[in-house]
Amino acid sequence: MTAAPLLQVENLQMHLHLRRGVVKAVDGVSFEVHEGETLGIVGESGSGKTMTCLSILRLLPIHSDGRLDGSVKLDGEDLLQLSEEDMASRVRGPKVAMISQDPMTSLNPVYTVGDQVSGPFLYHKLVRTVREAMAAAAQGLRRVRIPSPERRLKNYPHQFSGGMRQRVVTAMAIACSPRLLIADEPTTALDVTIQVQIMNLLRSIQQDSKVGIILVTHDLSIVAGLCHRIAVMYAGRIIETGKVRDIYRNPQHPYTQALLQAIPHLGQKRSRLAAIPGQPPNLIDPPKGCRFAQRCPKRMSVCDDYPPATDLGDRHVVNCWLAAKQ
Amino acid sequence: MRIVFAKGLLNALISMLGASLIIFIMSRLSGDPLSLLLPMDAPQSAVQAMRHELGLDRPMWDQYLIFLWKAVQGDFGRSYRWQMPAIELVFERLPATIYLAMAAFAFSLALAIPLGVLSAVRRGSWIDQIARIIAMLGQAVPSFWVGLLLILVFAVNLQWLPAFGADGVQHVILPAIALGWYPVAAQTRVIRSGMLEVLDSDYIRMGRAVGTPERLLIWKYAFRNALLPLVTIMGVYFAYMLSGSFVVETVFAWPGLGRTVVEAVFARDYPVVQAGVLITSILFVLSNFLVDLSYSIIDPRIRL
Repeated sequence: MTAAPLLQVENLQMHLHLRRGVVKAVDGVSFEVHEGETLGIVGESGSGKTMTCLSILRLLPIHSDGRLDGSVKLDGEDLLQLSEEDMASRVRGPKVAMISQDPMTSLNPVYTVGDQVSGPFLYHKLVRTVREAMAAAAQGLRRVRIPSPERRLKNYPHQFSGGMRQRVVTAMAIACSPRLLIADEPTTALDVTIQVQIMNLLRSIQQDSKVGIILVTHDLSIVAGLCHRIAVMYAGRIIETGKVRDIYRNPQHPYTQALLQAIPHLGQKRSRLAAIPGQPPNLIDPPKGCRFAQRCPKRMSVCDDYPPATDLGDRHVVNCWLAAKQ
Repeated sequence: MRIVFAKGLLNALISMLGASLIIFIMSRLSGDPLSLLLPMDAPQSAVQAMRHELGLDRPMWDQYLIFLWKAVQGDFGRSYRWQMPAIELVFERLPATIYLAMAAFAFSLALAIPLGVLSAVRRGSWIDQIARIIAMLGQAVPSFWVGLLLILVFAVNLQWLPAFGADGVQHVILPAIALGWYPVAAQTRVIRSGMLEVLDSDYIRMGRAVGTPERLLIWKYAFRNALLPLVTIMGVYFAYMLSGSFVVETVFAWPGLGRTVVEAVFARDYPVVQAGVLITSILFVLSNFLVDLSYSIIDPRIRL
């Protein structure tokens, strides 16, 4: 992959100005996603995964004064420089779309599925009449393999199961054939068997359309099955990124290592689950140096300064003094 | 849908029965009607005869059933003061009250909906502050005073609108504002808090994430979700406007039912009071019934 990346995020910052202080939810994040590639963003709750995704779409939490900085270039165009109107009319939907976490709450309960899935076709002028939009919506539901789509268009969200709702949400998201699809923990709220179905669906959508996918999850088994590359986030920053195989076989950052060790394996004799002791730092006043240092078993005095990015080759990059010193 | 309808109807019937019972008992509480109908020095035998003739010597529940049976047939007796069947008088005055209530209702919603929605969308902005002040004024100021003030400004000083009477559209404007201002506060607050909650929901974010225009997002997708709590209090306030309009009707000399009933109370014209109160409570129950029905129209999950 030597072509220009589809999405290039550089030094992205999202600071939420709250009464009790400035929360640096995303604090200088850089990564890229290529066409047809899936990037998995992993990390524990509160590490800024979701906020990073929302920043790309410029959808900040509404009741807080959020500010974005850095650049988010999609096909070379910086989304952070666009007007809100441009974001709504040109970007959200046709260029970037999102599948959110909880299918039970992501659909409007008082409108039919047909109304909601046909919307994007109308807003982005892909069709002219409501009738055409409904036909397109039926096609969309067929694409996410919902049986008898024409009939289902007239149903309300509460008449669908969780897995089916997530398919509807996916149909909404891919309605306008976006270049980039952000899936924010799309399977967290679903049964394991349904999770596999949704993952297979995402994979087949990607094969059909070459869409770039950002998959946010804390489930590392999903990452291994679907992603090409991984970015590990901790306390608002990406601390290690690389190909799935490199991260799994050769994790460099002690946090990544601890995360991988926390996965329980069958047949392993272990009385307790491995956990990472301690809590992530407060994002209002994060430490100046490495943010994991407080909990790191391999802490050194140099960790009081922020570690530089070390490129280990083949786009495997880690921010840790251990790697820097080698 | 049919079940919702049947349930609502059953509830309405039970409420009506309760209302009729209260009206019956209340009117018996005001004393023995014979003391008004017969001279003070009437002989005991005449009192007994009259009592028997009017059926007042029968057991209470018997009297209630007779009252109920006649009420169902629309017979409440004749008005002493207006010299006509009480029910006819009530039906003659009722349209004016309903007309005023609807106008006041329309006014309060026309003010509360935009104020509530905009103050949620632009929380903390100047429009939010203004909405708060308007709402507070309506809640704090009694409607008769608002009425007098409106008459002073728009009828006396500016002479734009008539101060009293009920001849045309221009006559209803001032009383409708006086009557409709009070509920604006509660309605605005309910819409505002409903909208704040909905705007923060996942489905609105999802709608935004696929490029739904902001106007549609607010007025179509969010608003309908914020409507349920509003409809609930709308029912209450519509009933309030129907039954509580006598003050405004008096201030503006509006020939409505509220004023008629109050006058009947002062004149001890019980047939009119009973008929008026019962009809008003029917309207009250009816508006609550309509509220129940509209829930199921607004929210498909209630249709089951």
